[in-house]
Amino acid sequence: MTAGANSVSVAMVGSGGAGVLTTGEMLLEAACAAGWNGLLTRSVGPQIRGGEAASLLRLARSPVECMADQFDLLVGIDWVNAGRFGDEIPLGESSVLVCDPAAGAPPPMAANAKRVIELPIAEITKAHPAWRANMLALGAAGHLLGLDESALHGVIAKRFAAKGSEVVAANVAAAAAGARAVDTERGRVALAPVAQAAAKRWLITGNEAVALGALLGGVRFAAAYPITPASDILEWLAPNLTKVGGTLVQAEDELASVNMIIGASYGGVPSLTATSGPGLSLMIESLGLATAAEVPIVIVDVMRGGPSTGIPTKSEQSDLNIAIYGMHGDAPHLVIAPQSVGDCWLSAQWATGLAEALQAPAIVLSDQFLGQAQTAITRPVERPPTGKRRVADGANLPYARYAAGGDGVSPMAIPGTARCAYTADGLTHTERGTPTSGAHDHVAQLDKRRDKLDGHEYGPLWATIEGDSETAVLAWGSLTGVVREGIAQARADGVSAKLIAPRLLLPTRPAEMSAALAGVKRVLVVEQTHGMQFLKYLRAHYDLPAEVSVLHRPGPLPIRPHEVRQRLIEGGSR
Amino acid sequence: MNAAEPLKCRPSDYKSEVKPIWCPGCGDYHVLMALTRAMAALGLPPERIAVVSGIGCSSRIPAYTNCYGFHGVHGRSLAVATGLKIARPDITVICASGDGDGYSIGGNHFLHACRRNVDLAYIVMDNHIYGMTKGQPSPTTEPDFDTALAPGGTGLRPFNPLVVALASGANFVARAYSGNPNETAELIVDAIKHPGFSFVEILSPCVTYRPDQRSWKDRVHPAPVTPTDDPARAARRLMTDDGFNLGVLYRGHRAPYTPPTAAAMVAPESLEEEFEV
Amino acid sequence: MSGANVPPVTSVAALYGIAHRIEADAAERYAMLADQMETHNNLDLARMFRDLARAERLHADKIRELAGAIGVGDDGGPIGPWKADSPESVDLYAARYDMSPHEALRMALAAEERALAFYTDLAASKVDRTVRDLATSFAAEEREHVALCHRLLERYPPASAARPGDPDAPGDR
Ligand SMILES: Cc1ncc(C[n+]2csc(CCOP(=O)(O)OP(=O)(O)O)c2C)c(N)n1
Ligand code: SF4
Ligand SMILES: [Mg+2]
Repeated sequence: MTAGANSVSVAMVGSGGAGVLTTGEMLLEAACAAGWNGLLTRSVGPQIRGGEAASLLRLARSPVECMADQFDLLVGIDWVNAGRFGDEIPLGESSVLVCDPAAGAPPPMAANAKRVIELPIAEITKAHPAWRANMLALGAAGHLLGLDESALHGVIAKRFAAKGSEVVAANVAAAAAGARAVDTERGRVALAPVAQAAAKRWLITGNEAVALGALLGGVRFAAAYPITPASDILEWLAPNLTKVGGTLVQAEDELASVNMIIGASYGGVPSLTATSGPGLSLMIESLGLATAAEVPIVIVDVMRGGPSTGIPTKSEQSDLNIAIYGMHGDAPHLVIAPQSVGDCWLSAQWATGLAEALQAPAIVLSDQFLGQAQTAITRPVERPPTGKRRVADGANLPYARYAAGGDGVSPMAIPGTARCAYTADGLTHTERGTPTSGAHDHVAQLDKRRDKLDGHEYGPLWATIEGDSETAVLAWGSLTGVVREGIAQARADGVSAKLIAPRLLLPTRPAEMSAALAGVKRVLVVEQTHGMQFLKYLRAHYDLPAEVSVLHRPGPLPIRPHEVRQRLIEGGSR
Repeated sequence: MNAAEPLKCRPSDYKSEVKPIWCPGCGDYHVLMALTRAMAALGLPPERIAVVSGIGCSSRIPAYTNCYGFHGVHGRSLAVATGLKIARPDITVICASGDGDGYSIGGNHFLHACRRNVDLAYIVMDNHIYGMTKGQPSPTTEPDFDTALAPGGTGLRPFNPLVVALASGANFVARAYSGNPNETAELIVDAIKHPGFSFVEILSPCVTYRPDQRSWKDRVHPAPVTPTDDPARAARRLMTDDGFNLGVLYRGHRAPYTPPTAAAMVAPESLEEEFEV
Repeated sequence: MSGANVPPVTSVAALYGIAHRIEADAAERYAMLADQMETHNNLDLARMFRDLARAERLHADKIRELAGAIGVGDDGGPIGPWKADSPESVDLYAARYDMSPHEALRMALAAEERALAFYTDLAASKVDRTVRDLATSFAAEEREHVALCHRLLERYPPASAARPGDPDAPGDR
């Protein structure tokens, strides 16, 4: 990296108690205070506490949506078990390695980094027992990045304020010492400064953004069963739902949580739960119930590696199949996939509104990367269209809860409404809700539930479509940002490509997709699955051009922008 | 209308025009009779009551009432009822199950509903069999009862729902017999009025797959004791009773579940402040 | 089934109330049975139960009329005064979807006999004279119903020997 880069990536590693996770957060916060944007993910060993850990940061002048191709700076507080992060921390010749010679030999992945700076952590902390190793590392990293020292010291002061001024002073001194120790031009990976942004900015994770978005969309009831990496949503909602007059209940399992939100929503209160693959698997039967009984609910699935318990802490897009096809019977529902952390805020609002307006379950398909990446982003402003439930008031009698016809959305009576009492049923029913096994009613109700979703006008939010080219890259969810950056890289090489990323995965939009693919001769599909689930989904529902290739890989290794660029260049669209 | 003053209601006001599909002779007819009598005795407008159920013959009951009903999936009625009651505390929520629905597939929810103590009335129509699926053993089936699925019997000790309810924290535990519809109605009224989670196990014969249960009418008898609020004493009684003692067997004083409320409400838009840089 | 759980009747007003309740309950149960038989396609029996329900309802109305100014009270409110069955209600558990008219009439007969026993016992008990007289007249009425059942039973002899049984009976598979 030369001085003044637009984006710099930093990895910090250490083991039990080294504090790399906190250090990463503080570095992001300080960078943010200095006007930069960025994102932070973490990687940890299987230990509950005290294992090896890595903070992976990307700091940039403008908001970024994915990790970069390689790391510019690796700071090792120690190297205990650090080798396990080898795959996740690609380094190049220009990368800088900061390490303590007393910590022993760096792990193999560090061999690529040719610029090495010694930071004698053990020696310094021995001389100054009040100084912590991670503060030395923080000061060193900040200095090499060209981070304004006052911003860093401000964050330290804030973080340790409760512990008293002595502690603050010691930590500030340690950071300053770290900076001095690496004060060499050789190690500079400086990020170009930015003027303080005019727009409001947030420091937020995708999980927090989903939760906030859901509240803005109208959610006032949540049921919770903890699961990584979705628990953050529920933990954020617990106090905040109360503040807006709503309620969160902890359920005994996901079978209960989904049915609790169905019960609450049947009672007229917009409701949500959040889970990951194993929990979604348990909820599936009741998702069918919500479809058949036409009860609006929102389920956020923060995807992790599967099948089974899989890799709880790593991202994957492999719940696509279950989200789309998981239910038995013909069960139309909504599947909405946020494409960035900011988009989590938007997608959750949109999904809640659609679920309410269309009286159907909506799955928000987020993933571990989006959910847990802490990001500094420009505050999203544009709110999606709102959706309100159509309710019965007792004017049209006799009341037929499931009256077919029109746009397929029939007014829903809320308990307490006189003259409209009905029984919501998962059994095939007549328009009045009475169970039946007759072909006519079965087909009429299947048609109704399909038509109300298919016939809805979803507007431009259905997909992100950017650029124009005979080559299109199709991606979804968190891979959208990766592809966007890969396309930008290819453009620098003179290769163009169009980005098509559906946000609305179900119901499918064949006409809109055809329009988006007009003039496109070849398609590259990019997805983070082993089984090419997205490719198969696209083939099943859309007419793709003859030339189709796919870049896919399961988690835990992210797909990086340069891989997209590479494939586009090989594809040769000039 | 004065909410405090019960309406003059007839049981027929709570019956829908949907005709039950239960076998003639099924105990559940009596339960429906008891339930509508209980509702009339409470004098609540039908639209203020919700009846939530799972799947089974017994779980068909909501649509036979004129109240709001929810006929969900097998085993999850308590979860639906819990969500509904917490979201809508103003609605009287009655949850209905069978022994398969409530004690087998929904067993975990039973434990936690007792523990959570949300203000619900839970009635289980126990016929010691899976009626709807045509006669397989349930958790309350006798060990030697011969069925196609368990030839010669399961050999398993039956589940004791009342003891489980008590141990899990239910605030009201009663046993009824559907053949005594008025007594059952009174127990249901009592259960609805009692704060917290109130459990009424109703012995309700399946005349088709358990014709032997016609003899229950000769086996049931009033519990020879008055209701206790001492769980230890109730446990001893329930562990040793013959399964046919009728009446309120435990009446506790635990405060029902109430969700936390905020001292001051804020607009959802203001919550973004915590993320601002 | 027994009427043993009937509360003590100590006044004419109370007896009108109980008597009305007995007939109303009987009518409700016959109507339920008629519905059940309709649902299970046993239409002859459905008709028979419907007729019985109508007869009991008329009877209830007649008692109300008889009571005149005394009235039938609130006849116990939505939940009747007895735990189990009122003396005259049919044993619902005895119902079968494929029962014959003979079996149905036997059910009705048993119910009428219980009602008869109830009023006869009351008429013989140590209650107020006016109560005993009224009970005696109700007993006479029930005796007529019992006789009617017997006559009908002759018209519908037991069919069990002739009835082939349901080849698709539940529980056989
Ligand atoms: C998930 C699921 N598994 C199995 C079934 C099949 N099933 C329907 S009702 C029932 C048992 C019902 O027994 P119980 O709750 O005792 O009701 P009863 O019919 O005896 O009143 C079963 C196993 C189902 N509907 N759903
Ligand atoms: S099978 Fe048994 S439980 Fe089901 S309706 Fe018939 S008698 Fe009742
Ligand atoms: Mg059962």
